[in-house]
Amino acid sequence: MKNILVIGATSAIAQTFIERMAVGDNKLFLVARDKDKLSTIKNDLRIKKNINITTFILDVNDHNNYDSMFNTAKSYLGRIDILLMAHGTLPDQKECEEKVETAVFEFGINALSIIVLCLKAAKIFEDQKFGLLAVITSVAGDRGRQSNYIYGSAKGAVNIFLQGLRNRLTKYGVSVLTVKPGFVDTPMTAHLPKNLLFSKPEVIAKGIVKAINKNKSKEIYLPGYWRIIMFIIKSIPGKIFNKLSL
Amino acid sequence: MKQHYKSWGLYPPAKHKNVIKLHWISDIPDLSRIETLVLPYGLGRSYGDNCLNNDNTLLDTSGISRFIEFDKKSGIIKCEAGVSFAKILKVIVPNGWFFPVTPGTKFVTVGGAIANDVHGKNHHTAGTFGKHIISFELLKSSGKKYICSATKNTELYKATIGGMGLTGLILWAQFKLKPINNAYIDAETIKFKNLDEFFELSEKSSKEYEYIVSWIDCTSRGKNFGRGLFFRGNHSSLDKSELPQPKPPKRLPFPFTAPAFLLNRFTLKIANAVIYRSQLKKHTKGIKHYDPFFYPLDSILNWNRMYGKRGFFQYQCVVPYTDGGTAIRQILECISKSGKGSFLAVLKTMGSVSSPGILSFPREGVTLALDFANHGEKTRKLFADLDEIVKSVGGALYPCKDACMSPEMFRFSYAEWKNFNKYIDPKFSSSLWRRVNKEKE
Repeated sequence: MKNILVIGATSAIAQTFIERMAVGDNKLFLVARDKDKLSTIKNDLRIKKNINITTFILDVNDHNNYDSMFNTAKSYLGRIDILLMAHGTLPDQKECEEKVETAVFEFGINALSIIVLCLKAAKIFEDQKFGLLAVITSVAGDRGRQSNYIYGSAKGAVNIFLQGLRNRLTKYGVSVLTVKPGFVDTPMTAHLPKNLLFSKPEVIAKGIVKAINKNKSKEIYLPGYWRIIMFIIKSIPGKIFNKLSL
Repeated sequence: MKQHYKSWGLYPPAKHKNVIKLHWISDIPDLSRIETLVLPYGLGRSYGDNCLNNDNTLLDTSGISRFIEFDKKSGIIKCEAGVSFAKILKVIVPNGWFFPVTPGTKFVTVGGAIANDVHGKNHHTAGTFGKHIISFELLKSSGKKYICSATKNTELYKATIGGMGLTGLILWAQFKLKPINNAYIDAETIKFKNLDEFFELSEKSSKEYEYIVSWIDCTSRGKNFGRGLFFRGNHSSLDKSELPQPKPPKRLPFPFTAPAFLLNRFTLKIANAVIYRSQLKKHTKGIKHYDPFFYPLDSILNWNRMYGKRGFFQYQCVVPYTDGGTAIRQILECISKSGKGSFLAVLKTMGSVSSPGILSFPREGVTLALDFANHGEKTRKLFADLDEIVKSVGGALYPCKDACMSPEMFRFSYAEWKNFNKYIDPKFSSSLWRRVNKEKE
């Protein structure tokens, strides 16, 4: 039996993750912004899986609501075994370059909201001396590219933040899992032309579940071959890199 | 991971300008802003071009696949249009419910089953799937949504059932299930030597057996002409304790696209003879899990690859049974003479239960469905001959199996086509629809 908290539950990867975890005696607490979508997921799971689910509506831009979300989650779940953070957006890079407000807003969702949520969660995990915190970031955080460096820098900030958090929480027996997916075919990337490097959300969810079951506390690339791709991209000397249109 | 959107017969080829994956029924993109014409696409089990929209846009509905409500007491289920029958079975069978009507594959969506008003082995008692639809919600390209039922937006309800996805996008549907005791069927197989025996068996069985279908050897000639196997069954009434232990179904993928020469007159004759002789006794009885009984071909994934790269056609017609089956006899003779056909030929008598759908295919009579490897003009010539026979007795062809029929044949099959035109959403179209509405050049 596992008690699982998912933030960003309506994201495509989170949905397939939830589907996999909605088995046996597991208890799920799902958090998302869109009320309709959240209740859609809840009804579907209730009919398919006959499992205990509670939902909470949260806009991650509303930092004041975090405590009430965590308190509700704790009172429903008791102990939190697994926390998955899956929310995020894919900002329009051009718009971010034109409008400061957009850049700040997008960075707020993709970096600050996660950092603040993690800081709050860390306290809970420290007290519990137990649990696993998994955060979906991106390979885009490994090196800044002109096509999406607002997104990339937010993900990169989270990656480094999680390194520190892992360092802090290891002595409490708490695992911190950084999940770096490559391209995933989801509503977030619906407007992008698809190529062979795109994976299905199911593949990513499967990889996350596997890493969680092994209680991994490290950075993982999903699918695994992205470690090689990003190694190559990171190895390109700046002189050459800057001439590329990546 | 580029996905190719094809039809089950792998013919005709189609290039789509765009495919839009739908994820939430509460968040469908504005259809009026799409530049091209659109068509909903579920799991692509239509054989010909009914699920294709060449040079235009497909709306992939496989992502809107969630359950909305399931009343385990009354057996009424409500789900999004992209849910597959396979997914529904997993939920309903353990709770003692089954589909009121199911086609021969479970890899179809609810939306597709409504759009093609599918039928099954119980057509003679239950009618079509559309007959059991309580209500559904239809989204028009104008952004307006209509809840349709037998009493609400009735005209749109009747046009959408069997409406080939042209009246708008079905968001969800609600339908009534039928109660069962367990997941098994009391199944019987009887060999018949000729069509007279087939008609006699159909007549005798139609009252006492809910499910009836026959396989027919379409290559046999002379004294073997019209031989086949007659399958009939009812839901088993045994208690759980008396049932065999369920075995997990085996799934074999058809591993490659077969070279077309493997299927010829000679191999077909052998394959058909083997199937006919696979049963030695005249009459066998047994208990069978619903999966192999209803969906025998689903255990071989992608069996459609067996006809080679050029793909294949399916020809399904229905003809009235008023003249002792003369028309069916003529059709089968025409096919066996041609030496074409395949080993997947299905014959069934259809009942008089009418469907609400104005463009629904099933009607009282006998239906024959069989596959033909694509041999280009030769195959089309054979179909033209078959069409003449179907026409001569006032029969019809089934659009979701079709890639060939002429505009004349379509209008002949569907007397209501003019009336149907009124309900088509101007933003919706399909390759089939443009084909059967082509004016003569």
